[in-house]
Amino acid sequence: MTLAHEMAMLNPMITATAVEATEFPDLARRFRVTGVPKTVVNDEIEILGGLPEEAFVEQTIGPMIERR
Amino acid sequence: MALLAPEDQEHLRRSFSEMTRRVHLIFVTQTIGCETCTQTRRILDELPGLSDRIVIDEVNLVLEAERAATYGIDRAPAIAVAFEDTKTSPDDQPSTMKTDAEAPRLLDSRIRFLGAPAGYEFVSLVHAILIAGGRTTTLSELSRQRVASVTVPVTMQVFTTPT
Repeated sequence: MTLAHEMAMLNPMITATAVEATEFPDLARRFRVTGVPKTVVNDEIEILGGLPEEAFVEQTIGPMIERR
Repeated sequence: MALLAPEDQEHLRRSFSEMTRRVHLIFVTQTIGCETCTQTRRILDELPGLSDRIVIDEVNLVLEAERAATYGIDRAPAIAVAFEDTKTSPDDQPSTMKTDAEAPRLLDSRIRFLGAPAGYEFVSLVHAILIAGGRTTTLSELSRQRVASVTVPVTMQVFTTPT
């Protein structure tokens, strides 16, 4: 979680929310949370499990940068 | 009764003492139909006693829905982490310029928590307070460059459980 929050702090275009999955089962269902941590980016990119820092950064925002 | 053991309080007090600006935890709550709002309030109440640079701003989701919406929040319990603009922080102003009516300008860190920050999420909350409070990022140079290259809105949701 901390990684996503650090990213939000560094760039105001990024918002990062830690969601407690058991308290919001509707969100967990909607984003098919079958394990934690699960990261969902712009409702479309889904990453299940933790990743090393640079891999996490690349998989979460890499496609947003290339898309320009 | 305190939720934190004395040694944990001491550890946090030391960590928070390095903060260079005041952090506001915008706590979005509701009175009815929110099982974990009271628990969240109890957890948050531990923090201002550990640092005068931590402030809790309570926002009622029903009565102040608009204010919650400015942080993109439509559920409770939720926390938005904001920090005082150091340019207008009381610490940096001559005392003659201070007036009670002058509210500090808040900058949004865009860090959010949905659900009670218990267990491991409490560690994340402490970390969020520290980075919003001015601690230097631990991200690598490459990561920082990539993050800085983002020019479109990105919303990241990280699902966790308390344990």
